Amino acid sequence: MTVLVIAEHDNVSLKSETAKVIAAAASLAGDIDVLVAGSACAAVAESVAKLQGVSRVLVADNPVYKAQLADNLAKLVVGQASGYSHIFAAATSTGKDLLPRVAALLDVAMISEVVKIEDADTFVHPIYAGNALEKVKSLDAVKVATVRASAFDAVPATANAAIVALDVVINSVCSELAHTTVASERPELGNARVIVSGGRALGSADNFAMLETLADKLGGAVGASRAAVDAGYISNDLQVGQTGKIVAPELYIAVGISGAIQHLAGMKDSKVIVAINKDPQAPIFQVADYGLEADLFEAVPKLVELI
Amino acid sequence: MKVMVPVKRVVDANVKIRVNAEHTAVDTANLKMALNPFCEIAVEEAVRLKEAGKADEVVVVSIGPKVAQEQLRTAMALGADRAILVETDEPMLPLSVAKILLAVQAREQAELILMGKQSIDGDNNQTGQMLAALADMPQATFASMVDITDGQLTVSREIDGGIQQLQLPLPAVVTADLRLNEPRYASLPNIMKAKRKPLDTLTVAELGVTLKPHQQILAVTPPAERKAGVMVASVEELVDKLKNEAKVI
Ligand SMILES: Cc1cc2nc3c(=O)[nH]c(=O)nc-3n(C[C@H](O)[C@H](O)[C@H](O)COP(=O)(O)OP(=O)(O)OC[C@H]3O[C@@H](n4cnc5c(N)ncnc54)[C@H](O)[C@@H]3O)c2cc1C
Repeated sequence: MTVLVIAEHDNVSLKSETAKVIAAAASLAGDIDVLVAGSACAAVAESVAKLQGVSRVLVADNPVYKAQLADNLAKLVVGQASGYSHIFAAATSTGKDLLPRVAALLDVAMISEVVKIEDADTFVHPIYAGNALEKVKSLDAVKVATVRASAFDAVPATANAAIVALDVVINSVCSELAHTTVASERPELGNARVIVSGGRALGSADNFAMLETLADKLGGAVGASRAAVDAGYISNDLQVGQTGKIVAPELYIAVGISGAIQHLAGMKDSKVIVAINKDPQAPIFQVADYGLEADLFEAVPKLVELI
Repeated sequence: MKVMVPVKRVVDANVKIRVNAEHTAVDTANLKMALNPFCEIAVEEAVRLKEAGKADEVVVVSIGPKVAQEQLRTAMALGADRAILVETDEPMLPLSVAKILLAVQAREQAELILMGKQSIDGDNNQTGQMLAALADMPQATFASMVDITDGQLTVSREIDGGIQQLQLPLPAVVTADLRLNEPRYASLPNIMKAKRKPLDTLTVAELGVTLKPHQQILAVTPPAERKAGVMVASVEELVDKLKNEAKVI
């Protein structure tokens, strides 16, 4: 059994999800190779080589891979696929874009958002916004799956694997015109120990600053409901939920969020959930460990003061 | 330009589903069904392209049971011109759906395939990418903006950490994210008009597609319940609990 893991990175640094996908792969007790495809991404490859359990790091370093486009990356992966029993990537926007394309080219099915690996063929993944867990047995020769990073603990950086350069250049027919990233000093949602999320009730982008202050005091990240993102209070990549980020921090504080099924799908595996809402009937209270029925405009400043 | 929009019939987004007693499937009997919200956004976008003079025909396609005609009618009430139902009662994996859509595309020769990024039942987020791979077309997933000028497609994609803007040649596959648009409500006259729009029915065999099994579903179980929490009376009590009971701050 040999697993190929596709590394998640921005050409400069390795993203935290990869060490969690490697942890998932390690449960299969086979060799693990990691593919780093990017441009000027040597530092990323070095970070990968240190991760425990990695046998080899395959590096395709060329400008054609800079924008992480699915059409040429899929061909690159398929070209390397022979000999691998499993191909995994994190269930991030890049992994979700790429892996179905890889699976289709290999004529195998794909399993999305794996949260548990029972054996080499058997995987558990959520369906219906996490309201059911489906256990499937794959009948395919190669198992292609995205892994939900929040369900696995990262492997430590204790190793020193070999780095192998791949001299394969495949062009994409697409071109990247622009790439805007939202710079933030705060931890990434997937990595944060604490997340403070705000909903529609915040009412404005300015009011979100209150949550940022609270998050900063706790060393945490800021998240949001879809309603808050749609209203333009905060950037889209901070949406938590069925169709946004899936998170499981130690502490999740939901402020002025009602707790729709689609929002719960993204945060209900958090270790401790706090809900602040002025409506005692709000469904968010059903998943909260600590509920506070209060006006957020009074409760949040007070919380900032007391912490 | 012809736009093909694959759509799916799913349990309505506001319904909380339950797993059946045997733990073999989700119980969908007698639940309110709807057009998958992401598919609805894709239909809306295709209709807007037509209204802007950038597309001349919008064809919606669904693969599913006979009753999926309802969702095709809904899509036509939103402005799609005609519909194709590939009738089957078999549950289908995304790869199988993509193979069937490829066969429909071989007949339709659409220049743009616009579809939802995921269906809210399986939450797979695979079909568009798989269809693009099988058709050897470029793809732009998770679109929040789509524009077509001089045969070139420009798409803004919602990705982790921000927005990526891509340019791609046609034909191509685009999958819609939530913020691409806000679908209109179908007017009564348009609902009436949709009843007379053409709806063709095909079978998988007629399309010449052979499918094979890839997976076995071993069990479907409800997620672990969270243990009941408590209501606190004040911010002071909350801080005290977080510090001394949960020990998370
Ligand atoms: C296909 C689909 C996908 C979706 N994906 C997602 C997703 O990924 N993530 C997501 O979040 N949503 C998603 N949604 C949307 C979801 O259904 C809800 O509409 C959304 O989560 C609501 O956001 P909210 O809780 O901020 O707003 P609301 O539901 O409007 O809740 C606002 C809450 O604030 C409370 N409140 C108001 N004023 C105050 C105050 N002064 N102090 C304290 N509390 C106050 C109210 O009591 C209420 O409970 C999706 C929907 C669909 C159909």
